[in-house]
Amino acid sequence: MHLTQSTVGRKLLMAVTGLLLVGFITMHLLGNLSVFAGPDGINAYAEHLHDLGPLVWFFRLIMLALFVVHITLGVQLSLENRTATPVNYSIKKRMKTTFSSESMLYTGLILLAFLIYHLLHFTFQLTNPEISAHNLPLDAAMRPDVFTMVVLSFQKVFVSLVYIVGMLALFLHLNHGLSSFVQTFGLNNGPSQEKVTLGGKLIAVGFLLAYIAIPVLILARFVNV
Amino acid sequence: MDLTLHVWRQKGPKNNGKLETYPAKGISPDMSFLEMLDEVNEGLIKNGKLPIVFDHDCREGICGMCSQTINGRAHGGQERTTVCQLHMRSFQHGDEIFIEPWRARAFPVVSDLIVDRSSLDTIMQAGGYTSCHTGGVPDGNAHPIGKPVADYAMDAAECIGCGACVAGCPNSSAMLFTSAKVAQLAVQPQGKIEAKARVINMTDALQAEGFGNCTNHLECEASCPKGISIKFIAKLNREYIKTIAG
Repeated sequence: MHLTQSTVGRKLLMAVTGLLLVGFITMHLLGNLSVFAGPDGINAYAEHLHDLGPLVWFFRLIMLALFVVHITLGVQLSLENRTATPVNYSIKKRMKTTFSSESMLYTGLILLAFLIYHLLHFTFQLTNPEISAHNLPLDAAMRPDVFTMVVLSFQKVFVSLVYIVGMLALFLHLNHGLSSFVQTFGLNNGPSQEKVTLGGKLIAVGFLLAYIAIPVLILARFVNV
Repeated sequence: MDLTLHVWRQKGPKNNGKLETYPAKGISPDMSFLEMLDEVNEGLIKNGKLPIVFDHDCREGICGMCSQTINGRAHGGQERTTVCQLHMRSFQHGDEIFIEPWRARAFPVVSDLIVDRSSLDTIMQAGGYTSCHTGGVPDGNAHPIGKPVADYAMDAAECIGCGACVAGCPNSSAMLFTSAKVAQLAVQPQGKIEAKARVINMTDALQAEGFGNCTNHLECEASCPKGISIKFIAKLNREYIKTIAG
């Protein structure tokens, strides 16, 4: 298949899988923000998700496939790009290249590490079992108490820091990724580039602020159990 | 003005190279960068040393032969300027100048500052042509082409194939070069015949020649002495999508 082997084909696959993953983090963010509505927000949301049953697993499989394609191609392309410059310049000045665009591989790998921790923390509930929804009493409406788990978790400085660092990596990754998508899909016409770059940055800042609001506001005791 | 040059010296493709330091004394600000190198070479020859080997031809900014990375920027980084059109007035007395060849696996060093850029020719051979009749010069307006299309094609055709986009690109990708050729031909009636095969064949050749992949750093556009826009890479991507989608 040309798409999975060629230089432009793989770039398109990176862009499509990347955009779908952005779609996922958008939905995920909206769900997470329900923590600010208290136990009746996020506990009800979690229970609804849980009730979807096999659909959730179908969705998780799609997510897994997206991650596998995005990560495999990302690492493969990055390694190829490294071998394309066997001798480095003794002096190299960047004119347009940004820290974000240069560090995509690293911010991507940090996000992967974060994702694994995040799954162990909230999905499998292995890292802080004493405050996991599995072990906490059910809430007043007899639902697993996700709200208390989230609040008690983020009251721990270390846990909050891990999430904040993870979201900073997400910001850097999206800062390049979002505008890169537009260019890869041929939707740029030159003069639009600056606006696209700015738009990508603003959306990335939006994700950063919205996501870290959760640990930061809990850590600052704006949200309590 | 007096300057200190740090120049990449490499005897041949198989030798290891290193930066050597040379003084450049009494340089006039009116000299071009290449004339400055000519002066330094005169001195080296007088002292029985091998002159610095560098590529050049027209010295008026259109042939694309001069290929030097100066102080970490392709062609010295002045907007829309090739090395031959870079003048010593943009430097100051006492400056240290680092001069290196283009660095990319697809551009092996021939000697000192000269690299072999025939990989760009290979990309051209893969699709940088049109199926049109040869023979007499066609009459003007035999192929009616609208002004916007002609302008667009001309902007792409400004590419002189110097390789600065590759030299600037952190991934050593020749995507800007390839896209300028693909876009120039894709918009004109003469280029439509091979349009589908061209984008595939030229990007495959780019990959096979050992260039890196484009990851939209936009460094190529900033490095290009002819101001080739990354809108042509967007165009190449559209052409590719059209071809893949059938």
